[in-house]
Amino acid sequence: MLSVAINDLRFRNPLLLASGILDESGESMLQVIKHGAGGVVTKSIGMEPREGYENPVIYELSYGLLNAIGLANPGIENYGEEIKIAKRGGVPVIGSVFGKDAEEFAYLARKMEEYGVDAVELNLSCPHARGYGMEIGVDAALVEEIVKEVKRKVNIPVWAKLTPNTHNIVEIAKAASDSDALVLINTVRAMAIDIEAKLPVLSNIFGGLSGPCIKPIGIRAVYEVYREVEKPIVGVGGIIDARDVIEYIMAGASAVEIGTAIYLRGIHVFSEIASEMEDWMKKHGYEKIEELVGIAQVR
Amino acid sequence: MYRVVEIEEIIKETPTIKTFFFRDETQPSPGQFYMIWLPGVDEFPMSISYIGERKAFSVKLVGEGTRKMHSLSEGDRLWIRGPYGRGFVEKNKKALFVGGGSGMATLAPLIERMRGDVVIAARTKEELLFKRRFKNRRVYIATDDGSEGFRGFAHELVERLLEENEYEIIYTCGPELMMRKLIDIAIERGLDIQASLERLMKCGIGICDSCSINGYRVCVDGPVFEKDILIEMSDLGRYTRDRAGRRVPL
Ligand SMILES: Cc1cc2nc3c(=O)[nH]c(=O)nc-3n(C[C@H](O)[C@H](O)[C@H](O)COP(=O)(O)OP(=O)(O)OC[C@H]3O[C@@H](n4cnc5c(N)ncnc54)[C@H](O)[C@@H]3O)c2cc1C
Ligand SMILES: Cc1cc2nc3c(=O)[nH]c(=O)nc-3n(C[C@H](O)[C@H](O)[C@H](O)COP(=O)(O)O)c2cc1C
Ligand code: FES
Repeated sequence: MLSVAINDLRFRNPLLLASGILDESGESMLQVIKHGAGGVVTKSIGMEPREGYENPVIYELSYGLLNAIGLANPGIENYGEEIKIAKRGGVPVIGSVFGKDAEEFAYLARKMEEYGVDAVELNLSCPHARGYGMEIGVDAALVEEIVKEVKRKVNIPVWAKLTPNTHNIVEIAKAASDSDALVLINTVRAMAIDIEAKLPVLSNIFGGLSGPCIKPIGIRAVYEVYREVEKPIVGVGGIIDARDVIEYIMAGASAVEIGTAIYLRGIHVFSEIASEMEDWMKKHGYEKIEELVGIAQVR
Repeated sequence: MYRVVEIEEIIKETPTIKTFFFRDETQPSPGQFYMIWLPGVDEFPMSISYIGERKAFSVKLVGEGTRKMHSLSEGDRLWIRGPYGRGFVEKNKKALFVGGGSGMATLAPLIERMRGDVVIAARTKEELLFKRRFKNRRVYIATDDGSEGFRGFAHELVERLLEENEYEIIYTCGPELMMRKLIDIAIERGLDIQASLERLMKCGIGICDSCSINGYRVCVDGPVFEKDILIEMSDLGRYTRDRAGRRVPL
Protein backbone atom coordinates (compact mmCIF):
# COMPACT_ATOMS: atom_id res chain seq x y z
CA MET A 1 0.00 0.00 0.00
CA LEU A 2 2.75 2.45 0.92
CA SER A 3 5.26 1.51 -1.75
CA VAL A 4 6.41 4.37 -3.99
CA ALA A 5 8.83 4.90 -6.86
CA ILE A 6 10.99 7.89 -7.68
CA ASN A 7 11.89 7.34 -11.30
CA ASP A 8 12.96 3.69 -11.31
CA LEU A 9 13.93 3.54 -7.66
CA ARG A 10 11.38 1.63 -5.52
CA PHE A 11 10.87 2.24 -1.81
CA ARG A 12 8.80 0.05 0.52
CA ASN A 13 7.32 3.23 1.96
CA PRO A 14 7.77 6.95 1.26
CA LEU A 15 9.51 7.65 4.59
CA LEU A 16 13.23 8.23 4.09
CA LEU A 17 15.81 9.27 6.66
CA ALA A 18 16.92 12.90 6.05
CA SER A 19 20.58 13.73 5.60
CA GLY A 20 22.56 14.60 8.73
CA ILE A 21 20.45 12.80 11.31
CA LEU A 22 21.81 9.50 12.60
CA ASP A 23 23.46 8.62 9.32
CA GLU A 24 27.18 9.11 9.70
CA SER A 25 27.87 5.46 10.48
CA GLY A 26 26.57 2.50 8.51
CA GLU A 27 25.43 0.75 11.66
CA SER A 28 23.27 3.69 12.72
CA MET A 29 21.62 3.71 9.30
CA LEU A 30 20.94 0.00 9.74
CA GLN A 31 19.14 0.76 13.01
CA VAL A 32 16.98 3.36 11.27
CA ILE A 33 16.17 0.85 8.52
CA LYS A 34 15.33 -1.76 11.15
CA HIS A 35 12.85 0.72 12.60
CA GLY A 36 10.98 1.05 9.35
CA ALA A 37 12.57 3.68 7.08
CA GLY A 38 11.84 3.14 3.38
CA GLY A 39 15.30 4.43 2.49
CA VAL A 40 18.17 6.38 4.01
CA VAL A 41 20.14 9.43 2.94
CA THR A 42 23.68 9.58 4.33
CA LYS A 43 25.16 12.51 6.13
CA SER A 44 26.58 15.01 3.61
CA ILE A 45 30.09 13.87 2.75
CA GLY A 46 32.82 16.16 1.43
CA MET A 47 36.33 15.92 -0.03
CA GLU A 48 38.20 15.97 3.30
CA PRO A 49 37.46 14.85 6.85
CA ARG A 50 35.87 17.75 8.74
CA GLU A 51 35.47 18.04 12.50
CA GLY A 52 32.60 20.52 12.30
CA TYR A 53 32.02 23.40 14.69
CA GLU A 54 32.76 23.47 18.41
CA ASN A 55 29.95 22.79 20.89
CA PRO A 56 27.26 23.99 21.33
CA VAL A 57 26.13 22.74 17.92
CA ILE A 58 22.49 22.20 18.83
CA TYR A 59 19.78 24.15 20.61
CA GLU A 60 16.44 22.67 21.66
CA LEU A 61 13.38 24.84 21.13
CA SER A 62 9.78 24.05 21.95
CA TYR A 63 8.93 24.16 18.23
CA GLY A 64 12.01 22.64 16.62
CA LEU A 65 15.78 22.43 16.67
CA LEU A 66 18.50 24.85 15.78
CA ASN A 67 21.74 23.23 14.61
CA ALA A 68 25.17 24.15 13.35
CA ILE A 69 26.99 20.84 13.24
CA GLY A 70 29.21 22.35 10.55
CA LEU A 71 29.18 19.53 8.01
CA ALA A 72 31.31 17.28 10.20
CA ASN A 73 32.07 14.15 8.19
CA PRO A 74 34.80 11.51 7.79
CA GLY A 75 35.61 12.52 4.20
CA ILE A 76 34.73 10.64 1.03
CA GLU A 77 37.83 8.45 1.00
CA ASN A 78 36.89 6.97 4.40
CA TYR A 79 33.22 6.43 3.61
CA GLY A 80 33.06 3.25 1.52
CA GLU A 81 32.77 0.89 4.47
CA GLU A 82 29.80 2.80 5.95
CA ILE A 83 27.88 2.51 2.67
CA LYS A 84 28.66 -1.18 2.47
CA ILE A 85 27.22 -1.70 5.95
CA ALA A 86 24.13 0.47 5.30
CA LYS A 87 23.41 -1.49 2.09
CA ARG A 88 22.89 -4.62 4.18
CA GLY A 89 19.59 -3.08 5.29
CA GLY A 90 18.03 -3.99 1.95
CA VAL A 91 16.52 -0.55 1.19
CA PRO A 92 17.85 2.16 -1.14
CA VAL A 93 20.79 4.15 0.22
CA ILE A 94 21.18 7.67 -1.13
CA GLY A 95 24.60 9.25 -0.80
CA SER A 96 24.52 12.94 0.13
CA VAL A 97 27.51 15.03 -0.95
CA PHE A 98 28.66 18.65 -0.67
CA GLY A 99 31.42 20.39 -2.56
CA LYS A 100 32.56 23.89 -3.37
CA ASP A 101 32.16 23.64 -7.14
CA ALA A 102 30.92 21.41 -9.98
CA GLU A 103 34.18 19.50 -10.17
CA GLU A 104 34.12 18.53 -6.49
CA PHE A 105 30.46 17.56 -6.62
CA ALA A 106 31.11 15.36 -9.66
CA TYR A 107 34.09 13.67 -8.01
CA LEU A 108 32.15 12.98 -4.82
CA ALA A 109 29.14 11.64 -6.72
CA ARG A 110 31.36 9.31 -8.76
CA LYS A 111 32.89 7.97 -5.56
CA MET A 112 29.47 7.41 -4.04
CA GLU A 113 28.43 5.53 -7.18
CA GLU A 114 31.54 3.39 -6.86
CA TYR A 115 30.64 2.63 -3.24
CA GLY A 116 27.29 1.29 -4.41
CA VAL A 117 24.69 3.93 -3.48
CA ASP A 118 21.35 3.85 -5.31
CA ALA A 119 21.25 7.61 -5.95
CA VAL A 120 23.15 10.73 -4.96
CA GLU A 121 21.68 13.76 -3.27
CA LEU A 122 23.47 17.03 -3.89
CA ASN A 123 23.44 19.22 -0.79
CA LEU A 124 23.25 22.55 -2.60
CA SER A 125 22.95 24.56 0.55
CA CYS A 126 26.43 24.96 1.93
CA PRO A 127 28.68 28.00 2.09
CA HIS A 128 30.25 28.61 -1.25
CA ALA A 129 33.69 29.65 -2.35
CA ARG A 130 32.90 32.28 -4.97
CA GLY A 131 31.31 35.16 -3.07
CA TYR A 132 31.42 34.82 0.67
CA GLY A 133 28.44 34.46 2.97
CA MET A 134 26.32 33.14 0.11
CA GLU A 135 25.09 29.64 -0.33
CA ILE A 136 25.70 27.70 -3.53
CA GLY A 137 22.01 26.93 -3.64
CA VAL A 138 20.91 30.53 -4.21
CA ASP A 139 23.06 30.98 -7.32
CA ALA A 140 20.94 29.60 -10.17
CA ALA A 141 23.79 29.51 -12.71
CA LEU A 142 26.04 27.59 -10.34
CA VAL A 143 23.25 25.16 -9.43
CA GLU A 144 22.67 24.45 -13.10
CA GLU A 145 26.36 23.93 -13.77
CA ILE A 146 26.77 21.54 -10.81
CA VAL A 147 23.71 19.43 -11.67
CA LYS A 148 24.72 19.18 -15.34
CA GLU A 149 28.28 18.21 -14.48
CA VAL A 150 27.22 15.53 -12.00
CA LYS A 151 24.66 14.15 -14.47
CA ARG A 152 27.43 13.85 -17.07
CA LYS A 153 29.67 11.91 -14.68
CA VAL A 154 27.36 9.36 -13.05
CA ASN A 155 24.78 6.82 -14.18
CA ILE A 156 22.74 6.63 -10.97
CA PRO A 157 19.86 9.06 -10.32
CA VAL A 158 20.84 12.54 -9.14
CA TRP A 159 18.67 14.34 -6.59
CA ALA A 160 19.13 18.05 -5.94
CA LYS A 161 18.40 19.24 -2.40
CA LEU A 162 17.50 22.91 -2.34
CA THR A 163 17.65 25.59 0.30
CA PRO A 164 14.62 27.63 1.34
CA ASN A 165 16.90 30.58 2.04
CA THR A 166 16.19 32.26 -1.28
CA HIS A 167 13.49 34.62 -2.46
CA ASN A 168 12.76 32.46 -5.49
CA ILE A 169 12.88 28.72 -5.02
CA VAL A 170 11.10 28.08 -8.34
CA GLU A 171 13.93 29.73 -10.23
CA ILE A 172 16.48 27.55 -8.44
CA ALA A 173 14.35 24.44 -9.02
CA LYS A 174 14.23 25.22 -12.72
CA ALA A 175 18.00 25.64 -12.76
CA ALA A 176 18.26 22.17 -11.17
CA SER A 177 15.80 20.54 -13.55
CA ASP A 178 18.43 18.34 -15.22
CA SER A 179 18.38 16.32 -12.02
CA ASP A 180 16.15 13.28 -11.56
CA ALA A 181 14.37 14.56 -8.46
CA LEU A 182 14.17 17.68 -6.31
CA VAL A 183 14.46 17.52 -2.53
CA LEU A 184 12.75 20.41 -0.72
CA ILE A 185 13.78 21.81 1.81
CA ASN A 186 16.97 22.06 3.82
CA THR A 187 16.99 23.97 7.13
CA VAL A 188 16.04 27.64 7.45
CA ARG A 189 18.86 29.98 8.44
CA ALA A 190 18.31 31.16 11.99
CA MET A 191 19.94 31.97 15.33
CA ALA A 192 19.21 32.19 19.05
CA ILE A 193 20.63 34.27 21.91
CA ASP A 194 20.79 33.22 25.54
CA ILE A 195 19.72 36.33 27.42
CA GLU A 196 21.44 35.29 30.65
CA ALA A 197 24.76 34.71 28.88
CA LYS A 198 24.07 37.67 26.59
CA LEU A 199 25.59 35.64 23.76
CA PRO A 200 24.49 33.65 20.72
CA VAL A 201 24.03 30.03 21.76
CA LEU A 202 25.60 28.25 18.80
CA SER A 203 29.38 28.48 18.63
CA ASN A 204 28.96 29.26 14.93
CA ILE A 205 26.38 31.98 15.83
CA PHE A 206 24.16 31.06 12.85
CA GLY A 207 22.51 27.72 12.28
CA GLY A 208 19.68 25.93 10.55
CA LEU A 209 16.17 25.63 11.92
CA SER A 210 14.32 22.32 11.55
CA GLY A 211 11.26 20.64 13.00
CA PRO A 212 7.53 21.48 13.17
CA CYS A 213 8.03 25.24 12.89
CA ILE A 214 9.41 24.97 9.33
CA LYS A 215 6.74 22.67 7.92
CA PRO A 216 4.63 25.46 6.39
CA ILE A 217 7.74 26.71 4.59
CA GLY A 218 8.44 23.24 3.21
CA ILE A 219 4.84 22.75 2.14
CA ARG A 220 4.90 26.10 0.36
CA ALA A 221 8.13 25.23 -1.45
CA VAL A 222 6.82 21.85 -2.61
CA TYR A 223 3.51 23.35 -3.71
CA GLU A 224 5.17 26.14 -5.71
CA VAL A 225 7.76 23.94 -7.40
CA TYR A 226 5.30 21.14 -8.27
CA ARG A 227 3.33 23.58 -10.42
CA GLU A 228 6.31 24.76 -12.39
CA VAL A 229 8.79 21.91 -12.72
CA GLU A 230 7.97 18.41 -13.89
CA LYS A 231 10.21 16.39 -11.62
CA PRO A 232 9.47 14.05 -8.77
CA ILE A 233 9.70 15.91 -5.48
CA VAL A 234 10.87 14.64 -2.11
CA GLY A 235 9.37 16.77 0.68
CA VAL A 236 11.38 17.52 3.84
CA GLY A 237 10.89 19.76 6.84
CA GLY A 238 8.97 19.42 10.08
CA ILE A 239 7.30 16.08 9.52
CA ILE A 240 6.31 14.42 12.78
CA ASP A 241 3.28 12.33 11.91
CA ALA A 242 1.27 10.77 9.08
CA ARG A 243 -0.85 13.89 8.63
CA ASP A 244 2.30 15.88 7.87
CA VAL A 245 3.43 13.30 5.32
CA ILE A 246 0.03 13.32 3.61
CA GLU A 247 0.08 17.11 3.56
CA TYR A 248 3.44 17.07 1.74
CA ILE A 249 2.17 14.45 -0.70
CA MET A 250 -1.00 16.43 -1.42
CA ALA A 251 1.19 19.48 -2.10
CA GLY A 252 3.09 17.45 -4.71
CA ALA A 253 5.73 15.29 -3.03
CA SER A 254 6.19 11.65 -4.12
CA ALA A 255 8.12 10.75 -0.96
CA VAL A 256 9.41 12.52 2.14
CA GLU A 257 12.47 12.69 4.35
CA ILE A 258 12.31 12.81 8.14
CA GLY A 259 14.97 14.11 10.53
CA THR A 260 14.06 16.07 13.66
CA ALA A 261 11.11 13.77 14.43
CA ILE A 262 13.67 11.17 15.52
CA TYR A 263 14.48 13.53 18.38
CA LEU A 264 10.82 14.30 19.08
CA ARG A 265 9.36 10.78 18.79
CA GLY A 266 12.32 8.41 18.84
CA ILE A 267 13.84 6.14 16.23
CA HIS A 268 10.56 4.15 15.99
CA VAL A 269 9.00 7.12 14.23
CA PHE A 270 9.30 5.50 10.79
CA SER A 271 7.32 2.34 11.50
CA GLU A 272 4.83 4.33 13.59
CA ILE A 273 4.14 6.84 10.82
CA ALA A 274 3.91 4.01 8.27
CA SER A 275 1.12 2.34 10.20
CA GLU A 276 -0.61 5.69 10.88
CA MET A 277 -0.55 6.29 7.12
CA GLU A 278 -2.08 2.92 6.31
CA ASP A 279 -4.88 3.60 8.77
CA TRP A 280 -5.55 6.99 7.23
CA MET A 281 -5.54 5.64 3.68
CA LYS A 282 -7.87 2.78 4.53
CA LYS A 283 -10.23 5.11 6.32
CA HIS A 284 -10.30 7.48 3.36
CA GLY A 285 -10.43 4.84 0.63
CA TYR A 286 -6.99 5.23 -0.98
CA GLU A 287 -5.01 2.24 -2.18
CA LYS A 288 -1.84 3.84 -3.47
CA ILE A 289 0.24 6.85 -2.50
CA GLU A 290 0.32 7.97 -6.14
CA GLU A 291 -3.40 8.74 -5.98
CA LEU A 292 -2.67 11.49 -3.48
CA VAL A 293 0.29 13.24 -5.12
CA GLY A 294 -0.49 16.88 -5.79
CA ILE A 295 -4.24 16.59 -5.27
CA ALA A 296 -4.38 19.77 -3.20
CA GLN A 297 -3.09 21.88 -6.07
CA VAL A 298 -5.56 24.64 -6.91
CA ARG A 299 -5.52 25.21 -10.65
CA MET B 1 16.85 26.13 26.40
CA TYR B 2 19.45 26.18 29.14
CA ARG B 3 18.74 26.50 32.84
CA VAL B 4 21.17 28.66 34.76
CA VAL B 5 22.28 27.30 38.13
CA GLU B 6 24.56 28.83 40.73
CA ILE B 7 27.52 26.94 42.16
CA GLU B 8 26.89 26.75 45.93
CA GLU B 9 29.99 24.93 46.99
CA ILE B 10 33.15 23.49 45.45
CA ILE B 11 35.08 20.60 46.99
CA LYS B 12 38.50 19.59 45.80
CA GLU B 13 38.35 15.78 45.81
CA THR B 14 41.69 14.88 44.25
CA PRO B 15 44.49 16.85 42.54
CA THR B 16 42.46 16.68 39.28
CA ILE B 17 38.81 16.29 40.35
CA LYS B 18 36.51 18.93 41.86
CA THR B 19 32.86 18.55 42.89
CA PHE B 20 30.51 21.44 42.11
CA PHE B 21 27.29 21.58 44.14
CA PHE B 22 24.17 23.37 42.87
CA ARG B 23 20.37 23.27 43.18
CA ASP B 24 18.04 22.30 40.36
CA GLU B 25 14.46 21.06 40.15
CA THR B 26 15.09 18.15 37.80
CA GLN B 27 15.00 14.59 39.16
CA PRO B 28 17.79 12.59 37.57
CA SER B 29 18.40 8.93 38.19
CA PRO B 30 21.88 7.52 38.80
CA GLY B 31 23.80 7.20 35.53
CA GLN B 32 22.04 10.04 33.74
CA PHE B 33 24.00 13.06 32.52
CA TYR B 34 23.62 16.75 31.72
CA MET B 35 25.23 18.95 29.10
CA ILE B 36 27.09 21.86 30.73
CA TRP B 37 27.63 25.01 28.69
CA LEU B 38 30.25 27.52 29.75
CA PRO B 39 29.31 30.44 27.48
CA GLY B 40 32.07 31.42 25.12
CA VAL B 41 34.15 28.36 26.07
CA ASP B 42 32.67 24.91 25.47
CA GLU B 43 29.81 22.53 26.16
CA PHE B 44 30.39 18.99 27.44
CA PRO B 45 28.55 16.04 29.04
CA MET B 46 28.77 15.38 32.78
CA SER B 47 27.21 12.67 34.91
CA ILE B 48 25.33 13.65 37.99
CA SER B 49 27.36 12.66 41.09
CA TYR B 50 24.86 13.73 43.80
CA ILE B 51 21.15 13.44 43.01
CA GLY B 52 19.36 14.80 46.07
CA GLU B 53 17.91 18.27 46.37
CA ARG B 54 21.51 19.43 46.38
CA LYS B 55 23.01 18.07 43.19
CA ALA B 56 26.58 17.98 41.94
CA PHE B 57 28.94 17.28 39.09
CA SER B 58 32.37 15.84 39.87
CA VAL B 59 34.66 16.98 37.12
CA LYS B 60 38.11 15.76 36.15
CA LEU B 61 40.38 18.27 34.49
CA VAL B 62 41.30 16.91 31.05
CA GLY B 63 41.14 19.77 28.52
CA GLU B 64 40.03 23.30 27.77
CA GLY B 65 36.41 23.05 28.91
CA THR B 66 37.11 21.26 32.17
CA ARG B 67 40.05 23.61 32.87
CA LYS B 68 37.68 26.56 32.64
CA MET B 69 35.25 24.71 34.90
CA HIS B 70 38.00 24.18 37.47
CA SER B 71 38.74 27.92 37.47
CA LEU B 72 35.16 28.78 38.55
CA SER B 73 34.34 29.91 42.09
CA GLU B 74 31.38 29.50 44.42
CA GLY B 75 28.67 31.91 43.25
CA ASP B 76 29.57 31.50 39.58
CA ARG B 77 26.94 30.12 37.21
CA LEU B 78 26.56 27.04 35.00
CA TRP B 79 24.27 26.70 31.98
CA ILE B 80 22.84 23.20 31.90
CA ARG B 81 20.41 21.07 29.89
CA GLY B 82 19.23 17.59 30.79
CA PRO B 83 19.00 15.14 32.46
CA TYR B 84 19.59 12.95 29.47
CA GLY B 85 19.98 9.28 28.67
CA ARG B 86 19.18 6.07 30.47
CA GLY B 87 20.67 5.43 33.87
CA PHE B 88 21.34 2.21 35.74
CA VAL B 89 18.61 -0.38 36.19
CA GLU B 90 18.49 -1.41 39.85
CA LYS B 91 18.27 -5.16 40.08
CA ASN B 92 17.75 -7.33 43.11
CA LYS B 93 21.03 -9.19 42.75
CA LYS B 94 24.20 -9.34 44.84
CA ALA B 95 26.18 -6.45 43.44
CA LEU B 96 29.77 -5.39 42.98
CA PHE B 97 30.35 -1.77 41.96
CA VAL B 98 33.57 -1.03 40.10
CA GLY B 99 34.55 2.60 39.51
CA GLY B 100 37.76 3.68 37.81
CA GLY B 101 39.05 7.27 38.03
CA SER B 102 36.30 9.85 37.43
CA GLY B 103 33.96 6.92 36.67
CA MET B 104 33.24 6.84 40.40
CA ALA B 105 31.34 10.12 39.91
CA THR B 106 28.76 8.32 37.76
CA LEU B 107 28.52 5.28 40.02
CA ALA B 108 28.36 7.02 43.41
CA PRO B 109 24.65 7.97 43.54
CA LEU B 110 23.75 4.40 42.53
CA ILE B 111 25.94 2.93 45.25
CA GLU B 112 24.22 5.13 47.83
CA ARG B 113 20.83 3.73 46.83
CA MET B 114 21.76 0.05 46.77
CA ARG B 115 23.51 -2.64 48.73
CA GLY B 116 26.74 -4.24 47.57
CA ASP B 117 30.52 -4.04 47.75
CA VAL B 118 32.60 -1.36 46.07
CA VAL B 119 35.89 -1.32 44.19
CA ILE B 120 37.45 2.11 43.80
CA ALA B 121 40.36 2.18 41.39
CA ALA B 122 42.75 4.88 40.23
CA ARG B 123 46.25 5.25 38.90
CA THR B 124 47.57 6.41 42.22
CA LYS B 125 46.26 6.93 45.77
CA GLU B 126 45.80 10.70 45.42
CA GLU B 127 43.35 10.10 42.55
CA LEU B 128 40.98 7.77 44.44
CA LEU B 129 37.54 9.40 44.30
CA PHE B 130 34.92 9.14 47.10
CA LYS B 131 37.06 6.86 49.26
CA ARG B 132 35.18 7.99 52.38
CA ARG B 133 31.73 8.61 50.91
CA PHE B 134 30.10 5.21 51.53
CA LYS B 135 29.28 4.08 55.05
CA ASN B 136 28.81 0.56 56.43
CA ARG B 137 30.02 -1.46 53.51
CA ARG B 138 33.09 -3.12 52.14
CA VAL B 139 35.20 -0.80 50.00
CA TYR B 140 38.20 -2.28 48.19
CA ILE B 141 40.92 -0.08 46.79
CA ALA B 142 43.13 -0.70 43.77
CA THR B 143 45.89 1.53 42.46
CA ASP B 144 47.99 0.95 39.36
CA ASP B 145 51.16 1.92 41.21
CA GLY B 146 50.30 0.14 44.45
CA SER B 147 50.40 3.35 46.51
CA GLU B 148 47.25 2.17 48.30
CA GLY B 149 45.34 -1.11 48.46
CA PHE B 150 45.67 -3.73 45.76
CA ARG B 151 48.54 -3.10 43.35
CA GLY B 152 47.29 -3.53 39.80
CA PHE B 153 44.31 -2.93 37.56
CA ALA B 154 40.72 -2.94 38.77
CA HIS B 155 39.74 -6.01 36.76
CA GLU B 156 42.57 -8.00 38.33
CA LEU B 157 41.24 -7.18 41.79
CA VAL B 158 37.71 -8.06 40.62
CA GLU B 159 38.88 -11.48 39.45
CA ARG B 160 40.28 -12.14 42.92
CA LEU B 161 37.10 -10.97 44.64
CA LEU B 162 35.06 -13.23 42.42
CA GLU B 163 37.01 -16.22 43.70
CA GLU B 164 35.78 -15.56 47.23
CA ASN B 165 32.35 -13.99 46.74
CA GLU B 166 29.14 -14.90 44.95
CA TYR B 167 28.43 -11.64 43.15
CA GLU B 168 25.60 -11.78 40.61
CA ILE B 169 26.00 -8.42 38.91
CA ILE B 170 28.73 -5.85 38.23
CA TYR B 171 27.88 -2.16 37.83
CA THR B 172 30.78 -0.26 36.33
CA CYS B 173 32.01 3.08 34.98
CA GLY B 174 35.58 4.02 34.19
CA PRO B 175 38.24 3.79 31.49
CA GLU B 176 36.92 1.92 28.46
CA LEU B 177 39.62 -0.75 28.55
CA MET B 178 38.76 -1.54 32.17
CA MET B 179 35.08 -1.87 31.29
CA ARG B 180 35.92 -4.05 28.28
CA LYS B 181 37.85 -6.39 30.57
CA LEU B 182 35.00 -6.51 33.09
CA ILE B 183 32.47 -7.29 30.35
CA ASP B 184 34.65 -10.14 29.14
CA ILE B 185 34.90 -11.43 32.71
CA ALA B 186 31.12 -11.20 33.14
CA ILE B 187 30.53 -13.08 29.89
CA GLU B 188 33.04 -15.76 30.83
CA ARG B 189 31.61 -16.31 34.31
CA GLY B 190 27.97 -15.87 33.44
CA LEU B 191 27.52 -12.75 35.61
CA ASP B 192 25.18 -9.90 34.78
CA ILE B 193 26.76 -6.50 34.08
CA GLN B 194 25.79 -2.89 33.39
CA ALA B 195 28.33 -0.34 32.15
CA SER B 196 28.12 3.42 31.72
CA LEU B 197 29.95 4.29 28.50
CA GLU B 198 31.62 7.46 27.32
CA ARG B 199 31.90 8.73 23.80
CA LEU B 200 32.44 12.07 22.11
CA MET B 201 29.15 13.94 22.34
CA LYS B 202 27.94 16.83 20.27
CA CYS B 203 24.13 17.02 20.42
CA GLY B 204 23.39 14.86 23.47
CA ILE B 205 19.89 14.20 22.14
CA GLY B 206 20.32 11.35 19.71
CA ILE B 207 20.54 12.95 16.27
CA CYS B 208 24.14 13.69 15.29
CA ASP B 209 25.52 10.14 15.47
CA SER B 210 28.85 11.27 16.96
CA CYS B 211 28.47 9.15 20.11
CA SER B 212 27.33 5.93 18.42
CA ILE B 213 28.98 2.56 19.07
CA ASN B 214 27.92 -0.19 16.67
CA GLY B 215 24.64 1.59 15.99
CA TYR B 216 23.79 2.38 19.62
CA ARG B 217 23.73 6.00 20.71
CA VAL B 218 25.47 6.54 24.05
CA CYS B 219 23.44 9.73 24.64
CA VAL B 220 19.93 8.26 24.38
CA ASP B 221 20.19 4.46 24.22
CA GLY B 222 22.80 4.73 27.03
CA PRO B 223 25.02 5.93 28.60
CA VAL B 224 24.26 2.86 30.73
CA PHE B 225 23.89 -0.32 28.71
CA GLU B 226 22.87 -3.77 29.87
CA LYS B 227 24.69 -6.98 29.15
CA ASP B 228 22.73 -8.09 26.05
CA ILE B 229 23.67 -4.90 24.21
CA LEU B 230 27.23 -4.72 25.59
CA ILE B 231 27.86 -8.17 24.13
CA GLU B 232 26.93 -6.85 20.68
CA MET B 233 29.35 -3.91 20.87
CA SER B 234 32.34 -5.27 19.04
CA ASP B 235 33.95 -1.79 18.88
CA LEU B 236 33.94 -1.33 22.65
CA GLY B 237 37.50 -1.21 23.93
CA ARG B 238 38.81 -1.39 20.36
CA TYR B 239 37.57 1.47 18.17
CA THR B 240 36.16 4.92 18.72
CA ARG B 241 35.10 7.78 16.44
CA ASP B 242 36.91 11.10 16.19
CA ARG B 243 35.26 14.53 15.81
CA ALA B 244 34.99 13.99 12.04
CA GLY B 245 33.28 10.63 12.56
CA ARG B 246 36.24 8.52 11.42
CA ARG B 247 36.43 5.10 13.03
CA VAL B 248 39.84 4.96 14.71
CA PRO B 249 41.58 2.46 17.00
CA LEU B 250 41.16 3.29 20.68
C1 LIG C 1 27.83 10.51 29.43
C2 LIG C 1 29.13 11.09 29.93
C3 LIG C 1 29.30 11.36 31.26
C4 LIG C 1 30.49 11.90 31.72
N1 LIG C 1 30.63 12.14 33.05
C5 LIG C 1 31.77 12.65 33.54
C6 LIG C 1 31.93 12.90 34.94
O1 LIG C 1 31.02 12.67 35.74
N2 LIG C 1 33.09 13.41 35.36
C7 LIG C 1 34.11 13.70 34.52
O2 LIG C 1 35.15 14.20 34.96
N3 LIG C 1 34.00 13.49 33.18
C8 LIG C 1 32.85 12.97 32.67
N4 LIG C 1 32.74 12.76 31.32
C9 LIG C 1 33.85 13.12 30.44
C10 LIG C 1 33.82 14.60 30.11
O3 LIG C 1 32.68 14.88 29.31
C11 LIG C 1 35.08 15.02 29.35
O4 LIG C 1 36.16 14.87 30.20
C12 LIG C 1 35.01 16.45 28.88
O5 LIG C 1 34.13 16.56 27.79
C13 LIG C 1 36.34 16.96 28.43
O6 LIG C 1 36.20 18.29 27.96
P1 LIG C 1 37.40 19.28 27.80
O7 LIG C 1 36.92 20.41 26.99
O8 LIG C 1 37.97 19.59 29.13
O9 LIG C 1 38.46 18.42 27.06
P2 LIG C 1 38.79 18.41 25.50
O10 LIG C 1 39.49 19.70 25.20
O11 LIG C 1 37.56 18.09 24.78
O12 LIG C 1 39.81 17.21 25.47
C14 LIG C 1 41.15 17.37 25.95
C15 LIG C 1 41.92 16.12 25.82
O13 LIG C 1 41.40 15.14 26.68
C16 LIG C 1 40.97 14.01 25.95
N5 LIG C 1 39.72 13.58 26.54
C17 LIG C 1 38.50 14.11 26.32
N6 LIG C 1 37.57 13.46 27.02
C18 LIG C 1 38.24 12.51 27.72
C19 LIG C 1 37.84 11.53 28.62
N7 LIG C 1 36.57 11.36 28.96
N8 LIG C 1 38.79 10.73 29.15
C20 LIG C 1 40.07 10.88 28.81
N9 LIG C 1 40.51 11.80 27.96
C21 LIG C 1 39.61 12.59 27.42
C22 LIG C 1 40.79 14.46 24.56
O14 LIG C 1 40.99 13.39 23.65
C23 LIG C 1 41.85 15.52 24.43
O15 LIG C 1 43.10 14.96 24.13
C24 LIG C 1 31.54 12.21 30.83
C25 LIG C 1 31.37 11.94 29.48
C26 LIG C 1 30.18 11.38 29.01
C27 LIG C 1 30.03 11.10 27.55
C1 LIG D 1 21.48 18.00 13.14
C2 LIG D 1 21.13 18.18 11.70
C3 LIG D 1 22.11 17.94 10.73
C4 LIG D 1 21.81 18.10 9.38
N1 LIG D 1 22.77 17.84 8.46
C5 LIG D 1 22.47 17.91 7.13
C6 LIG D 1 23.43 17.54 6.15
O1 LIG D 1 24.57 17.14 6.44
N2 LIG D 1 23.07 17.63 4.84
C7 LIG D 1 21.82 18.03 4.44
O2 LIG D 1 21.54 18.06 3.25
N3 LIG D 1 20.89 18.37 5.37
C8 LIG D 1 21.18 18.32 6.69
N4 LIG D 1 20.22 18.64 7.63
C9 LIG D 1 18.88 19.06 7.18
C10 LIG D 1 17.89 17.90 7.17
O3 LIG D 1 18.28 16.90 6.25
C11 LIG D 1 16.47 18.38 6.83
O4 LIG D 1 16.48 18.97 5.54
C12 LIG D 1 15.94 19.41 7.82
O5 LIG D 1 16.34 19.08 9.13
C13 LIG D 1 14.42 19.52 7.79
O6 LIG D 1 13.79 18.31 8.10
P1 LIG D 1 13.26 17.92 9.58
O7 LIG D 1 12.40 19.06 10.06
O8 LIG D 1 12.51 16.64 9.40
O9 LIG D 1 14.46 17.75 10.42
C14 LIG D 1 20.50 18.51 8.99
C15 LIG D 1 19.53 18.75 9.98
C16 LIG D 1 19.82 18.59 11.32
C17 LIG D 1 18.74 18.83 12.34
S1 FES E 1 25.69 13.06 20.91
FE1 FES E 1 24.58 13.32 19.09
S2 FES E 1 23.71 11.36 18.80
FE2 FES E 1 24.62 11.20 20.74
